[in-house]
Amino acid sequence: MGKTLAEKILSAKSGTDAYAGDIVIAQLDLVFVQDSTGPLTLRQLNESELDIIHNPNRTIIFLDHSAPSPARALSNDHRFLRDFAAEKGVVLSDIGEGVCHQIVAESFANPGEVIVGADSHTVTAGALGAFATGMGSTDIAVAFAFGKTWLRVPETFRVVVHGRFSRGVYAKDLILHLIGGIGADGATFKALEFVGEGVRLMRMSERLTVANMAVEAGADAGLFPSDSVTRSYLESQGRGKSYIPLHADSDATYERTIEIDASRLEPTVSMPHAVDNIALARDIKGVPIDQVFIGTCTNGRLDDLRIAAGIMQGRSCHPRVRLIVAPASRDVLLSAIAEGYVATLIEAGATILPPGCGACLGTHQGVLGDGEVCLSTANRNFKGRMGNPSAFIYLGSPATAAATAIRGEITDPREIV
Amino acid sequence: MLRGRAFKFGDNISTDHIVPGKLLHLRSNLPELAKHVLEDADPTFAQRVRKGDFVVAGKNFGLGSSREHAPLVIKMAGVSAVIVKSVARIFYRNAINIGLPVLLCDTDGIDDGDEIEVDLKVGRIKDLANKIELHSSKMPQIMLDILHEGGLIPYMKKHRGFDI
Ligand code: SF4
Repeated sequence: MGKTLAEKILSAKSGTDAYAGDIVIAQLDLVFVQDSTGPLTLRQLNESELDIIHNPNRTIIFLDHSAPSPARALSNDHRFLRDFAAEKGVVLSDIGEGVCHQIVAESFANPGEVIVGADSHTVTAGALGAFATGMGSTDIAVAFAFGKTWLRVPETFRVVVHGRFSRGVYAKDLILHLIGGIGADGATFKALEFVGEGVRLMRMSERLTVANMAVEAGADAGLFPSDSVTRSYLESQGRGKSYIPLHADSDATYERTIEIDASRLEPTVSMPHAVDNIALARDIKGVPIDQVFIGTCTNGRLDDLRIAAGIMQGRSCHPRVRLIVAPASRDVLLSAIAEGYVATLIEAGATILPPGCGACLGTHQGVLGDGEVCLSTANRNFKGRMGNPSAFIYLGSPATAAATAIRGEITDPREIV
Repeated sequence: MLRGRAFKFGDNISTDHIVPGKLLHLRSNLPELAKHVLEDADPTFAQRVRKGDFVVAGKNFGLGSSREHAPLVIKMAGVSAVIVKSVARIFYRNAINIGLPVLLCDTDGIDDGDEIEVDLKVGRIKDLANKIELHSSKMPQIMLDILHEGGLIPYMKKHRGFDI
Protein backbone atom coordinates (compact mmCIF):
# COMPACT_ATOMS: atom_id res chain seq x y z
CA MET A 1 0.00 0.00 0.00
CA GLY A 2 1.39 3.41 -0.97
CA LYS A 3 2.53 5.91 1.61
CA THR A 4 2.20 9.59 2.25
CA LEU A 5 5.33 11.59 3.05
CA ALA A 6 4.58 11.39 6.78
CA GLU A 7 4.11 7.62 6.58
CA LYS A 8 7.34 7.18 4.60
CA ILE A 9 9.50 9.24 6.92
CA LEU A 10 8.05 7.84 10.12
CA SER A 11 8.28 4.25 8.84
CA ALA A 12 11.95 4.72 7.97
CA LYS A 13 12.78 6.37 11.29
CA SER A 14 10.90 3.86 13.41
CA GLY A 15 11.93 0.75 11.52
CA THR A 16 8.31 -0.23 11.08
CA ASP A 17 5.77 -0.36 8.28
CA ALA A 18 3.71 2.49 9.63
CA TYR A 19 0.44 3.97 8.43
CA ALA A 20 -1.83 6.74 9.65
CA GLY A 21 -3.13 6.06 13.13
CA ASP A 22 -0.16 3.92 14.23
CA ILE A 23 1.90 4.95 17.23
CA VAL A 24 5.62 4.68 16.53
CA ILE A 25 8.85 5.33 18.40
CA ALA A 26 10.89 7.47 16.02
CA GLN A 27 14.63 8.09 16.05
CA LEU A 28 15.30 11.82 16.12
CA ASP A 29 17.78 13.59 13.88
CA LEU A 30 17.60 17.00 15.52
CA VAL A 31 16.22 18.22 18.84
CA PHE A 32 16.10 21.80 20.03
CA VAL A 33 14.75 24.29 22.53
CA GLN A 34 14.65 28.06 22.58
CA ASP A 35 15.06 30.52 25.42
CA SER A 36 11.42 30.60 26.49
CA THR A 37 10.88 26.82 26.59
CA GLY A 38 14.47 25.77 27.30
CA PRO A 39 14.76 26.54 31.01
CA LEU A 40 11.81 24.26 31.82
CA THR A 41 13.28 21.52 29.62
CA LEU A 42 16.58 21.69 31.46
CA ARG A 43 14.89 21.71 34.85
CA GLN A 44 12.87 18.64 33.85
CA LEU A 45 16.11 16.94 32.79
CA ASN A 46 17.86 17.79 36.03
CA GLU A 47 14.89 16.69 38.11
CA SER A 48 14.48 13.45 36.24
CA GLU A 49 18.08 12.39 36.77
CA LEU A 50 18.02 11.65 33.04
CA ASP A 51 20.50 14.39 32.30
CA ILE A 52 22.42 12.57 29.64
CA ILE A 53 22.37 14.04 26.14
CA HIS A 54 21.86 11.42 23.46
CA ASN A 55 23.48 13.31 20.59
CA PRO A 56 25.02 16.65 21.60
CA ASN A 57 25.96 17.61 18.01
CA ARG A 58 22.32 17.44 16.99
CA THR A 59 20.94 19.07 20.14
CA ILE A 60 20.61 22.84 19.99
CA ILE A 61 19.78 25.61 22.43
CA PHE A 62 18.63 28.81 20.70
CA LEU A 63 18.61 32.21 22.37
CA ASP A 64 16.27 34.01 20.00
CA HIS A 65 12.98 34.94 21.66
CA SER A 66 14.39 37.61 23.96
CA ALA A 67 17.57 38.47 22.16
CA PRO A 68 19.25 40.45 23.55
CA SER A 69 17.58 40.02 26.91
CA PRO A 70 15.31 42.88 28.00
CA ALA A 71 15.03 41.86 31.66
CA ARG A 72 17.08 40.49 34.50
CA ALA A 73 15.07 37.29 34.93
CA LEU A 74 15.50 36.51 31.24
CA SER A 75 19.21 37.29 31.40
CA ASN A 76 19.45 34.70 34.15
CA ASP A 77 17.55 32.20 32.00
CA HIS A 78 20.08 32.88 29.26
CA ARG A 79 22.95 32.28 31.67
CA PHE A 80 21.40 29.01 32.75
CA LEU A 81 21.02 27.90 29.11
CA ARG A 82 24.55 28.96 28.11
CA ASP A 83 26.07 27.20 31.11
CA PHE A 84 24.17 24.03 30.31
CA ALA A 85 25.30 24.15 26.67
CA ALA A 86 28.92 24.55 27.73
CA GLU A 87 28.70 21.78 30.31
CA LYS A 88 26.98 19.23 28.08
CA GLY A 89 28.64 20.20 24.83
CA VAL A 90 25.39 20.80 22.98
CA VAL A 91 25.16 23.38 20.20
CA LEU A 92 24.44 26.95 21.34
CA SER A 93 22.97 29.50 18.96
CA ASP A 94 23.41 32.73 20.89
CA ILE A 95 21.67 36.07 20.53
CA GLY A 96 22.13 37.74 17.19
CA GLU A 97 22.28 34.50 15.21
CA GLY A 98 18.58 34.47 14.50
CA VAL A 99 15.24 32.71 14.92
CA CYS A 100 15.57 28.99 15.62
CA HIS A 101 13.48 27.84 12.64
CA GLN A 102 15.45 29.94 10.20
CA ILE A 103 18.76 28.61 11.54
CA VAL A 104 17.41 25.05 11.43
CA ALA A 105 16.54 25.57 7.76
CA GLU A 106 19.83 27.30 6.92
CA SER A 107 22.19 24.96 8.73
CA PHE A 108 20.61 21.74 9.97
CA ALA A 109 17.42 20.26 8.49
CA ASN A 110 17.59 17.61 5.77
CA PRO A 111 14.97 15.67 3.81
CA GLY A 112 13.74 12.48 5.45
CA GLU A 113 14.71 13.55 8.95
CA VAL A 114 12.56 13.66 12.06
CA ILE A 115 13.01 16.90 13.95
CA VAL A 116 11.38 17.94 17.20
CA GLY A 117 11.69 21.31 18.88
CA ALA A 118 10.19 22.96 21.93
CA ASP A 119 8.49 25.52 19.74
CA SER A 120 5.29 25.11 17.80
CA HIS A 121 6.72 26.48 14.55
CA THR A 122 9.21 23.62 14.35
CA VAL A 123 6.93 22.54 11.47
CA THR A 124 8.87 25.07 9.34
CA ALA A 125 11.49 22.45 8.45
CA GLY A 126 8.77 20.49 6.63
CA ALA A 127 9.68 22.75 3.70
CA LEU A 128 12.86 20.68 3.34
CA GLY A 129 11.02 17.36 3.42
CA ALA A 130 11.66 16.68 7.11
CA PHE A 131 8.94 15.49 9.47
CA ALA A 132 9.31 18.33 11.94
CA THR A 133 6.95 19.03 14.80
CA GLY A 134 6.70 21.12 17.94
CA MET A 135 6.43 19.71 21.43
CA GLY A 136 6.54 20.93 25.00
CA SER A 137 9.47 21.09 27.37
CA THR A 138 9.05 17.67 28.96
CA ASP A 139 8.73 15.82 25.65
CA ILE A 140 11.87 17.60 24.51
CA ALA A 141 13.70 16.80 27.74
CA VAL A 142 13.07 13.14 27.05
CA ALA A 143 14.13 13.63 23.42
CA PHE A 144 17.39 15.25 24.60
CA ALA A 145 18.10 12.25 26.79
CA PHE A 146 16.88 9.35 24.66
CA GLY A 147 17.13 10.61 21.09
CA LYS A 148 13.66 9.29 20.35
CA THR A 149 10.03 10.10 20.94
CA TRP A 150 6.62 8.56 20.41
CA LEU A 151 4.52 9.87 17.58
CA ARG A 152 1.11 9.06 16.21
CA VAL A 153 1.43 8.80 12.44
CA PRO A 154 -0.98 11.48 11.23
CA GLU A 155 -3.57 11.17 8.52
CA THR A 156 -2.70 13.55 5.70
CA PHE A 157 -4.55 16.30 3.88
CA ARG A 158 -3.12 16.62 0.38
CA VAL A 159 -3.02 20.23 -0.75
CA VAL A 160 -2.67 20.45 -4.51
CA VAL A 161 -1.45 23.84 -5.68
CA HIS A 162 -2.03 24.74 -9.32
CA GLY A 163 -0.43 27.59 -11.20
CA ARG A 164 1.74 30.43 -10.06
CA PHE A 165 0.96 33.50 -7.95
CA SER A 166 -0.08 36.57 -9.88
CA ARG A 167 1.53 39.97 -9.31
CA GLY A 168 1.41 41.16 -5.69
CA VAL A 169 0.44 37.72 -4.36
CA TYR A 170 2.78 35.55 -2.31
CA ALA A 171 3.13 32.31 -0.35
CA LYS A 172 1.74 34.04 2.73
CA ASP A 173 -1.51 34.72 0.91
CA LEU A 174 -1.72 31.04 -0.04
CA ILE A 175 -1.32 29.75 3.49
CA LEU A 176 -3.68 32.37 5.00
CA HIS A 177 -6.24 31.41 2.36
CA LEU A 178 -5.84 27.72 3.23
CA ILE A 179 -6.12 28.29 7.00
CA GLY A 180 -9.15 30.51 6.47
CA GLY A 181 -10.72 27.70 4.48
CA ILE A 182 -10.12 24.78 6.84
CA GLY A 183 -10.07 26.70 10.13
CA ALA A 184 -7.57 27.09 12.97
CA ASP A 185 -8.32 23.54 14.13
CA GLY A 186 -9.10 22.12 10.69
CA ALA A 187 -6.02 19.93 10.54
CA THR A 188 -5.53 19.05 14.22
CA PHE A 189 -3.68 15.71 14.52
CA LYS A 190 -3.20 15.69 10.72
CA ALA A 191 -0.32 16.44 8.37
CA LEU A 192 -0.60 18.81 5.45
CA GLU A 193 1.26 17.69 2.34
CA PHE A 194 1.78 20.21 -0.46
CA VAL A 195 2.02 18.93 -4.02
CA GLY A 196 1.39 19.99 -7.58
CA GLU A 197 2.81 22.25 -10.22
CA GLY A 198 2.45 25.32 -8.00
CA VAL A 199 4.62 23.65 -5.37
CA ARG A 200 7.34 22.73 -7.87
CA LEU A 201 7.48 26.42 -8.78
CA MET A 202 7.81 27.60 -5.20
CA ARG A 203 11.19 28.81 -3.96
CA MET A 204 12.53 27.50 -0.66
CA SER A 205 11.71 30.77 1.11
CA GLU A 206 8.10 30.40 -0.01
CA ARG A 207 7.91 26.78 1.08
CA LEU A 208 9.26 27.77 4.49
CA THR A 209 6.53 30.40 4.88
CA VAL A 210 3.83 27.86 4.05
CA ALA A 211 5.22 25.02 6.19
CA ASN A 212 5.72 27.45 9.08
CA MET A 213 2.01 28.15 9.33
CA ALA A 214 0.80 24.54 9.07
CA VAL A 215 0.47 24.58 12.84
CA GLU A 216 -1.96 27.51 12.59
CA ALA A 217 -4.40 25.02 11.09
CA GLY A 218 -3.59 22.72 14.00
CA ALA A 219 -1.45 20.38 11.89
CA ASP A 220 1.34 18.16 13.23
CA ALA A 221 3.45 18.89 10.17
CA GLY A 222 3.46 20.78 6.89
CA LEU A 223 5.36 18.66 4.40
CA PHE A 224 6.91 19.41 1.04
CA PRO A 225 8.47 16.88 -1.31
CA SER A 226 12.24 16.95 -1.63
CA ASP A 227 12.98 17.93 -5.23
CA SER A 228 15.34 20.02 -7.35
CA VAL A 229 14.46 23.18 -5.38
CA THR A 230 15.43 21.35 -2.19
CA ARG A 231 18.64 20.16 -3.79
CA SER A 232 19.68 23.65 -4.93
CA TYR A 233 18.88 25.08 -1.53
CA LEU A 234 20.91 22.42 0.29
CA GLU A 235 23.79 22.95 -2.13
CA SER A 236 23.68 26.70 -1.55
CA GLN A 237 23.96 26.01 2.18
CA GLY A 238 26.87 23.60 1.78
CA ARG A 239 24.75 20.51 2.49
CA GLY A 240 24.36 19.17 -1.04
CA LYS A 241 25.39 15.72 0.17
CA SER A 242 22.35 15.54 2.43
CA TYR A 243 19.97 15.69 -0.50
CA ILE A 244 17.71 12.73 -1.12
CA PRO A 245 14.67 12.90 -3.38
CA LEU A 246 11.48 12.24 -1.46
CA HIS A 247 7.90 12.06 -2.72
CA ALA A 248 4.74 10.42 -1.54
CA ASP A 249 3.68 7.29 -3.42
CA SER A 250 1.14 7.90 -6.13
CA ASP A 251 -1.23 5.40 -4.49
CA ALA A 252 -0.93 6.83 -0.99
CA THR A 253 -4.13 7.24 1.01
CA TYR A 254 -5.15 10.79 1.90
CA GLU A 255 -7.91 11.75 4.26
CA ARG A 256 -8.80 14.71 2.13
CA THR A 257 -7.62 16.58 -0.95
CA ILE A 258 -7.77 20.36 -1.18
CA GLU A 259 -7.14 22.09 -4.51
CA ILE A 260 -5.92 25.67 -4.67
CA ASP A 261 -5.39 27.67 -7.85
CA ALA A 262 -2.51 29.96 -6.89
CA SER A 263 -3.07 32.17 -9.92
CA ARG A 264 -6.50 33.15 -8.61
CA LEU A 265 -5.41 34.09 -5.08
CA GLU A 266 -5.42 37.72 -4.01
CA PRO A 267 -3.56 39.53 -1.21
CA THR A 268 -5.07 38.12 1.98
CA VAL A 269 -4.97 39.19 5.62
CA SER A 270 -5.97 37.65 8.94
CA MET A 271 -8.01 39.93 11.12
CA PRO A 272 -7.94 40.13 14.93
CA HIS A 273 -7.87 37.87 16.95
CA ALA A 274 -7.70 34.62 14.99
CA VAL A 275 -5.51 33.45 12.14
CA ASP A 276 -8.45 31.86 10.34
CA ASN A 277 -10.41 35.12 10.42
CA ILE A 278 -9.34 36.07 6.91
CA ALA A 279 -10.35 38.76 4.45
CA LEU A 280 -9.02 40.06 1.16
CA ALA A 281 -6.78 43.09 1.69
CA ARG A 282 -8.87 45.06 -0.80
CA ASP A 283 -12.05 44.39 1.16
CA ILE A 284 -10.73 45.85 4.40
CA LYS A 285 -8.48 48.53 2.97
CA GLY A 286 -8.42 51.77 4.90
CA VAL A 287 -8.13 50.29 8.40
CA PRO A 288 -5.67 52.72 10.10
CA ILE A 289 -2.44 51.12 11.30
CA ASP A 290 -0.01 52.28 14.01
CA GLN A 291 2.75 49.74 13.59
CA VAL A 292 3.96 47.50 10.78
CA PHE A 293 6.20 44.59 11.69
CA ILE A 294 8.19 42.74 9.04
CA GLY A 295 10.12 39.72 10.23
CA THR A 296 9.70 36.41 12.12
CA CYS A 297 10.18 32.77 11.18
CA THR A 298 7.27 33.21 8.75
CA ASN A 299 8.45 36.17 6.69
CA GLY A 300 11.80 37.47 7.86
CA ARG A 301 13.89 35.96 5.07
CA LEU A 302 15.96 37.65 2.39
CA ASP A 303 13.25 37.27 -0.25
CA ASP A 304 10.79 38.92 2.13
CA LEU A 305 13.06 41.89 2.78
CA ARG A 306 13.71 42.15 -0.96
CA ILE A 307 9.98 42.32 -1.66
CA ALA A 308 9.41 44.91 1.08
CA ALA A 309 12.42 47.00 0.02
CA GLY A 310 11.27 46.85 -3.61
CA ILE A 311 7.99 48.45 -2.63
CA MET A 312 9.49 50.96 -0.18
CA GLN A 313 12.22 52.06 -2.61
CA GLY A 314 12.05 55.86 -2.98
CA ARG A 315 8.98 56.05 -0.74
CA SER A 316 8.57 56.58 2.96
CA CYS A 317 6.42 55.33 5.79
CA HIS A 318 3.22 57.16 6.59
CA PRO A 319 3.93 59.56 9.49
CA ARG A 320 1.63 57.62 11.82
CA VAL A 321 3.31 54.27 11.19
CA ARG A 322 6.24 52.79 13.06
CA LEU A 323 7.86 50.30 10.70
CA ILE A 324 9.86 47.64 12.54
CA VAL A 325 11.96 45.12 10.63
CA ALA A 326 13.61 42.05 12.18
CA PRO A 327 15.71 39.91 9.82
CA ALA A 328 15.25 36.24 10.65
CA SER A 329 18.96 35.50 10.89
CA ARG A 330 22.42 37.01 10.83
CA ASP A 331 22.89 35.65 7.30
CA VAL A 332 19.68 37.30 6.20
CA LEU A 333 20.79 40.60 7.75
CA LEU A 334 24.24 40.47 6.14
CA SER A 335 22.82 39.64 2.72
CA ALA A 336 20.13 42.29 3.06
CA ILE A 337 22.83 44.85 3.87
CA ALA A 338 24.93 43.70 0.91
CA GLU A 339 21.94 43.90 -1.43
CA GLY A 340 21.02 47.37 -0.19
CA TYR A 341 17.61 46.33 1.16
CA VAL A 342 18.48 47.44 4.69
CA ALA A 343 19.49 50.92 3.53
CA THR A 344 16.30 51.23 1.47
CA LEU A 345 14.14 50.24 4.42
CA ILE A 346 15.95 52.54 6.85
CA GLU A 347 15.69 55.43 4.39
CA ALA A 348 11.96 54.77 4.21
CA GLY A 349 11.75 55.12 7.99
CA ALA A 350 12.21 51.56 9.26
CA THR A 351 13.75 50.62 12.59
CA ILE A 352 15.93 47.55 12.19
CA LEU A 353 15.99 45.05 15.06
CA PRO A 354 18.67 42.45 15.69
CA PRO A 355 18.02 39.04 14.10
CA GLY A 356 15.59 37.09 16.29
CA CYS A 357 11.91 36.95 17.17
CA GLY A 358 11.80 40.68 17.88
CA ALA A 359 8.31 42.02 18.45
CA CYS A 360 6.56 38.77 17.50
CA LEU A 361 5.66 37.43 20.92
CA GLY A 362 5.21 40.61 22.90
CA THR A 363 8.19 40.46 25.20
CA HIS A 364 10.04 43.51 23.91
CA GLN A 365 11.07 45.49 20.83
CA GLY A 366 7.66 46.64 19.67
CA VAL A 367 5.01 45.97 22.31
CA LEU A 368 1.72 47.57 21.24
CA GLY A 369 -0.11 50.27 23.19
CA ASP A 370 -3.76 50.10 24.25
CA GLY A 371 -6.08 50.14 21.28
CA GLU A 372 -3.21 50.20 18.80
CA VAL A 373 -3.35 48.30 15.55
CA CYS A 374 -0.48 46.42 13.98
CA LEU A 375 -0.05 44.75 10.63
CA SER A 376 2.53 42.01 11.02
CA THR A 377 4.10 39.42 8.74
CA ALA A 378 4.11 36.93 11.64
CA ASN A 379 2.00 33.80 11.97
CA ARG A 380 -0.22 34.64 14.95
CA ASN A 381 -2.57 37.43 15.89
CA PHE A 382 -4.06 36.09 19.11
CA LYS A 383 -5.25 38.52 21.70
CA GLY A 384 -2.26 39.63 23.76
CA ARG A 385 0.24 38.20 21.29
CA MET A 386 2.28 41.38 20.90
CA GLY A 387 2.23 42.15 24.59
CA ASN A 388 -1.13 43.84 24.94
CA PRO A 389 -4.57 42.20 25.03
CA SER A 390 -6.16 45.55 24.16
CA ALA A 391 -4.29 45.79 20.88
CA PHE A 392 -5.27 44.46 17.43
CA ILE A 393 -3.08 42.46 15.07
CA TYR A 394 -3.59 41.85 11.35
CA LEU A 395 -1.38 39.40 9.47
CA GLY A 396 -0.27 39.74 5.88
CA SER A 397 2.56 39.25 3.40
CA PRO A 398 5.67 41.46 3.34
CA ALA A 399 4.22 43.18 0.26
CA THR A 400 0.96 43.96 2.04
CA ALA A 401 3.01 45.12 5.05
CA ALA A 402 5.15 47.48 2.96
CA ALA A 403 2.16 48.92 1.10
CA THR A 404 0.36 49.38 4.41
CA ALA A 405 3.38 51.13 5.95
CA ILE A 406 3.39 53.63 3.09
CA ARG A 407 -0.31 54.42 3.22
CA GLY A 408 -0.76 54.17 7.00
CA GLU A 409 -3.80 51.98 6.47
CA ILE A 410 -4.37 48.44 5.25
CA THR A 411 -3.54 48.47 1.57
CA ASP A 412 -3.69 45.92 -1.22
CA PRO A 413 -0.08 45.91 -2.48
CA ARG A 414 -1.31 45.76 -6.09
CA GLU A 415 -2.37 49.38 -5.67
CA ILE A 416 1.26 50.34 -5.20
CA VAL A 417 3.52 47.93 -7.10
CA MET B 1 -13.34 10.51 41.73
CA LEU B 2 -12.76 14.23 41.17
CA ARG B 3 -15.24 16.88 42.21
CA GLY B 4 -15.30 20.63 41.78
CA ARG B 5 -16.86 23.61 40.04
CA ALA B 6 -16.78 24.33 36.33
CA PHE B 7 -15.11 27.50 35.04
CA LYS B 8 -16.47 27.86 31.55
CA PHE B 9 -14.51 29.35 28.66
CA GLY B 10 -15.28 29.64 24.96
CA ASP B 11 -13.61 28.29 21.82
CA ASN B 12 -9.99 28.81 20.78
CA ILE B 13 -8.49 29.64 24.17
CA SER B 14 -4.85 30.01 23.13
CA THR B 15 -1.64 29.61 25.08
CA ASP B 16 -1.37 33.40 24.83
CA HIS B 17 -4.62 33.66 26.83
CA ILE B 18 -3.28 31.19 29.38
CA VAL B 19 0.27 32.57 29.80
CA PRO B 20 0.90 35.61 27.62
CA GLY B 21 4.33 36.31 26.15
CA LYS B 22 4.44 39.58 28.08
CA LEU B 23 5.01 37.49 31.20
CA LEU B 24 7.96 35.64 29.69
CA HIS B 25 10.19 37.00 32.44
CA LEU B 26 8.17 34.99 34.97
CA ARG B 27 8.62 31.65 33.25
CA SER B 28 11.31 30.59 35.66
CA ASN B 29 9.10 31.69 38.56
CA LEU B 30 6.10 29.40 38.17
CA PRO B 31 4.29 30.28 41.42
CA GLU B 32 4.28 33.93 40.38
CA LEU B 33 3.27 33.04 36.80
CA ALA B 34 0.41 30.90 38.12
CA LYS B 35 -1.15 34.02 39.68
CA HIS B 36 -1.82 35.19 36.10
CA VAL B 37 -3.26 31.94 34.76
CA LEU B 38 -5.84 32.54 32.01
CA GLU B 39 -5.66 36.25 32.75
CA ASP B 40 -6.25 37.38 29.18
CA ALA B 41 -9.41 35.24 28.95
CA ASP B 42 -10.83 35.96 32.44
CA PRO B 43 -8.92 38.38 34.69
CA THR B 44 -10.76 37.12 37.80
CA PHE B 45 -10.16 33.40 37.25
CA ALA B 46 -6.91 33.14 39.22
CA GLN B 47 -8.51 34.62 42.34
CA ARG B 48 -11.71 32.59 42.12
CA VAL B 49 -10.43 29.12 41.23
CA ARG B 50 -10.13 26.63 44.08
CA LYS B 51 -8.39 23.32 44.39
CA GLY B 52 -10.28 20.61 42.56
CA ASP B 53 -12.12 22.90 40.12
CA PHE B 54 -12.32 22.24 36.40
CA VAL B 55 -11.54 24.32 33.36
CA VAL B 56 -14.33 23.68 30.85
CA ALA B 57 -14.07 25.10 27.34
CA GLY B 58 -15.09 24.75 23.72
CA LYS B 59 -13.07 23.68 20.75
CA ASN B 60 -9.33 23.88 20.04
CA PHE B 61 -8.31 24.55 23.63
CA GLY B 62 -4.63 25.43 24.09
CA LEU B 63 -3.87 26.30 20.49
CA GLY B 64 -0.74 28.25 19.78
CA SER B 65 2.68 27.96 21.25
CA SER B 66 4.37 24.89 22.65
CA ARG B 67 4.82 26.52 26.05
CA GLU B 68 4.29 23.83 28.63
CA HIS B 69 3.89 26.58 31.19
CA ALA B 70 0.28 26.72 30.00
CA PRO B 71 -0.90 23.36 31.39
CA LEU B 72 1.56 23.71 34.29
CA VAL B 73 0.03 26.91 35.64
CA ILE B 74 -3.46 25.50 35.16
CA LYS B 75 -2.45 22.51 37.24
CA MET B 76 -0.70 24.71 39.82
CA ALA B 77 -3.87 26.77 40.19
CA GLY B 78 -5.46 23.61 41.58
CA VAL B 79 -7.43 22.61 38.48
CA SER B 80 -7.94 18.85 38.55
CA ALA B 81 -8.83 18.35 34.88
CA VAL B 82 -9.51 20.22 31.67
CA ILE B 83 -12.78 19.30 29.95
CA VAL B 84 -13.05 20.53 26.37
CA LYS B 85 -14.69 19.81 23.04
CA SER B 86 -11.32 19.52 21.32
CA VAL B 87 -7.73 20.25 22.18
CA ALA B 88 -4.66 21.43 20.29
CA ARG B 89 -2.13 18.66 19.82
CA ILE B 90 0.85 20.16 21.65
CA PHE B 91 -1.23 21.28 24.63
CA TYR B 92 -2.74 17.80 24.84
CA ARG B 93 0.65 16.08 25.02
CA ASN B 94 2.03 18.67 27.42
CA ALA B 95 -0.92 18.35 29.79
CA ILE B 96 -0.64 14.57 29.95
CA ASN B 97 3.16 14.79 30.28
CA ILE B 98 2.83 16.88 33.42
CA GLY B 99 -0.08 14.85 34.79
CA LEU B 100 -3.02 17.16 34.03
CA PRO B 101 -5.93 15.08 32.69
CA VAL B 102 -7.70 16.31 29.56
CA LEU B 103 -11.21 15.00 28.86
CA LEU B 104 -12.78 15.39 25.44
CA CYS B 105 -16.56 15.65 25.15
CA ASP B 106 -19.34 17.98 24.06
CA THR B 107 -19.19 20.63 26.78
CA ASP B 108 -22.25 22.60 25.62
CA GLY B 109 -24.37 21.10 28.39
CA ILE B 110 -22.04 22.32 31.15
CA ASP B 111 -22.63 25.83 32.50
CA ASP B 112 -20.26 28.11 34.33
CA GLY B 113 -20.28 27.36 38.05
CA ASP B 114 -21.89 23.90 37.75
CA GLU B 115 -20.79 21.25 40.20
CA ILE B 116 -18.96 18.53 38.25
CA GLU B 117 -17.92 15.01 39.11
CA VAL B 118 -15.34 13.17 37.01
CA ASP B 119 -14.39 9.51 37.03
CA LEU B 120 -11.06 9.48 35.21
CA LYS B 121 -10.82 5.71 34.96
CA VAL B 122 -13.86 5.37 32.75
CA GLY B 123 -13.82 8.93 31.38
CA ARG B 124 -17.25 9.82 32.77
CA ILE B 125 -18.22 13.43 33.47
CA LYS B 126 -21.34 14.20 35.52
CA ASP B 127 -22.80 17.68 35.65
CA LEU B 128 -24.61 17.55 38.99
CA ALA B 129 -26.38 20.87 38.42
CA ASN B 130 -27.79 20.06 34.98
CA LYS B 131 -28.05 16.33 35.73
CA ILE B 132 -26.30 15.18 32.59
CA GLU B 133 -23.67 12.54 32.03
CA LEU B 134 -20.96 12.86 29.37
CA HIS B 135 -18.30 10.47 28.18
CA SER B 136 -14.79 11.39 27.14
CA SER B 137 -13.40 9.91 23.96
CA LYS B 138 -10.51 7.54 24.59
CA MET B 139 -6.93 8.72 24.50
CA PRO B 140 -4.14 6.62 22.98
CA GLN B 141 -2.87 3.86 25.29
CA ILE B 142 0.59 5.40 25.59
CA MET B 143 -0.94 8.64 26.90
CA LEU B 144 -3.07 6.69 29.38
CA ASP B 145 0.07 4.94 30.59
CA ILE B 146 1.93 8.23 30.96
CA LEU B 147 -0.98 9.81 32.84
CA HIS B 148 -1.22 6.72 35.01
CA GLU B 149 2.42 7.15 36.10
CA GLY B 150 1.74 10.81 36.93
CA GLY B 151 3.49 12.24 33.86
CA LEU B 152 6.24 11.58 31.35
CA ILE B 153 9.22 12.00 33.69
CA PRO B 154 7.98 9.44 36.23
CA TYR B 155 7.04 7.20 33.29
CA MET B 156 10.53 7.39 31.76
CA LYS B 157 12.20 6.90 35.13
CA LYS B 158 10.27 3.70 35.56
CA HIS B 159 10.45 2.33 32.02
CA ARG B 160 13.78 3.84 30.84
CA GLY B 161 12.23 4.07 27.39
CA PHE B 162 8.90 3.90 25.64
CA ASP B 163 6.77 0.79 25.96
CA ILE B 164 4.34 0.34 23.13
S1 SF4 C 1 9.46 34.57 15.26
FE1 SF4 C 1 7.58 34.50 16.44
S2 SF4 C 1 6.54 32.63 15.82
FE2 SF4 C 1 8.67 32.49 15.12
S3 SF4 C 1 9.74 31.38 16.74
FE3 SF4 C 1 9.94 33.56 17.18
S4 SF4 C 1 8.23 34.05 18.56
FE4 SF4 C 1 7.78 32.09 17.58
